[in-house]
Amino acid sequence: MAALTREDTEALITEVLEVYPEKARKDRKKHLAVNDPAVEQSKKCITSNRKSLPGVMTIRGCAYAGSKGVVWGPIKDMVHISHGPVGCGQYSRAGRRNYYVGITGVNTFGDMNFTSDFQEKDIVFGGDKKLAKLIEEIEMLFPMSKGVTVQSECPIGLIGDDIEAVSKKSAVALEKPVVPVRCEGFRGVSQSLGHHIANDAVRDWVLGNRDGKPFESTPYDVTIIGDYNIGGDAWSSRILLEEMGLRVIAQWSGDGTLAEMENTPKAKLNLLHCYRSMNYISRHMEEKYGIPWLEYNFFGPTKIAESLRAIAAHFDDTIKEGAERVISKYQPMMDAVIAKYRPRLEGKRVMLYVGGLRPRHIIGAYEDLGMEVVGTGYEFAHNDDYDRTMKEMGDATLLYDDVTGFEFEEFVKRVKPDLIGSGIKEKYIFQKMGVPFRQMHSWDYSGPYHGYDGFAIFARDMDMTTNNPVWSKQVAPWAGKNAPEAGAKAA
Amino acid sequence: MANIMIRKNDAGGLVFYLPKRDLEDNIASIEFDSPEKWGGELRLANGGSYYIDPQPAPERLPISLRARRVDAPE
Repeated sequence: MAALTREDTEALITEVLEVYPEKARKDRKKHLAVNDPAVEQSKKCITSNRKSLPGVMTIRGCAYAGSKGVVWGPIKDMVHISHGPVGCGQYSRAGRRNYYVGITGVNTFGDMNFTSDFQEKDIVFGGDKKLAKLIEEIEMLFPMSKGVTVQSECPIGLIGDDIEAVSKKSAVALEKPVVPVRCEGFRGVSQSLGHHIANDAVRDWVLGNRDGKPFESTPYDVTIIGDYNIGGDAWSSRILLEEMGLRVIAQWSGDGTLAEMENTPKAKLNLLHCYRSMNYISRHMEEKYGIPWLEYNFFGPTKIAESLRAIAAHFDDTIKEGAERVISKYQPMMDAVIAKYRPRLEGKRVMLYVGGLRPRHIIGAYEDLGMEVVGTGYEFAHNDDYDRTMKEMGDATLLYDDVTGFEFEEFVKRVKPDLIGSGIKEKYIFQKMGVPFRQMHSWDYSGPYHGYDGFAIFARDMDMTTNNPVWSKQVAPWAGKNAPEAGAKAA
Repeated sequence: MANIMIRKNDAGGLVFYLPKRDLEDNIASIEFDSPEKWGGELRLANGGSYYIDPQPAPERLPISLRARRVDAPE
């Protein structure tokens, strides 16, 4: 199918919106747009970070998911208590595949679920005593934990427990940081506020802990911020930085430790991968410690080379040479990967709907493979993310913010992409519709996708999914070749 | 009144950041720009303008300040 023109895309949006009642249509219209790379201010054409419409299916998470699941959860040597009823922690446990090195249950606790398991009496009489006892027990059972965070679930805010007081008291008793995080799920419109709250907690309770203490620094100290090591992403990024001569002194927060977070203010440059979830702390460090920060993108060889050069530009010639050396070392390997997969993927069209950075970061990787991104959208992005996205996307492509289940399905039916990249909640709907699908949150249990090594895996996975013979077997044997809908797409 | 942050971009220009509204934009002009008196009305590239109390120029950027909205495009 030929690319949609601007008029077609606008007509498509109008058509999809038709089923909504008047008020809902007006609201949703603001969240759907046709991209125009010339626009500087996304505000003029797309609204984001607003409350989801009641009655439609949204794919967003909550503030607790943003704090416990994303920012704090991967800090491996701290115990993160899901303070409140048992479900929030248990059902999200180990779901993000933040890989780490360590012995779980001894010096690392990433896969474990700690909860205060609230019962009726805790709601009625308050859970502070239980929390204090729980922290004591953690110290007894896991003496090698470096600290504790208290991740509040909804009831904590509703009943007004004073987790700050308990935390302060326990921190003195334990002689370890105990960090209260007020990330109750009802706060904000999506997980985005959870990221912000978690960043603020890091700022208030962790970042300044080693101010004034000696640190053996080198002129090449950098940190990786906002890489959650999903399937090993941070590792495949880190080796590139180390190969070009930089010293990575902290990783946030995938495979990260409390000590690394405390040492971050000693860095010379903060490298920020996930802008949405960690820009707050980077801005804070720039103001308080004068550490510049830089957004980078390690998806696909084109963007990696661009990013490595941009990073090297902050340092002297040895690093600049190092960057060129790394690029020239890996480029032949990448050319081989592209030579192998590009003929199989050339011209395929992709629709994305992910969280807060990938809808724009991955575009470069797809383009390296000759694929075209025809629609993209974020669950919880803000205006500044769309400012950055609109430059990356082609003219007259679809943008959808906090897309509803209905809209997404209708868009896919009309745009007929060759591949969809989104999350687990969307996966089976589209697979049943006969459209190849990859999870772009968890890399569909594959990965890493960052860095040069990651790109080889990325290319293989995209080929494996898009060109899978299963898609031509979607029509039931009795339905024949002319069956409507289901088999129409399969090729 | 809103909390804002002013920082320098790579080109050396000033950038205005208003976290509450996710507004990040270049500052087109600043009313007072001398070491002893700095601030006043900030004109943004998007056409909006904000006012910060004139003060001695900050020793280093970025800096967090309180600003008043004079005029915003939306």
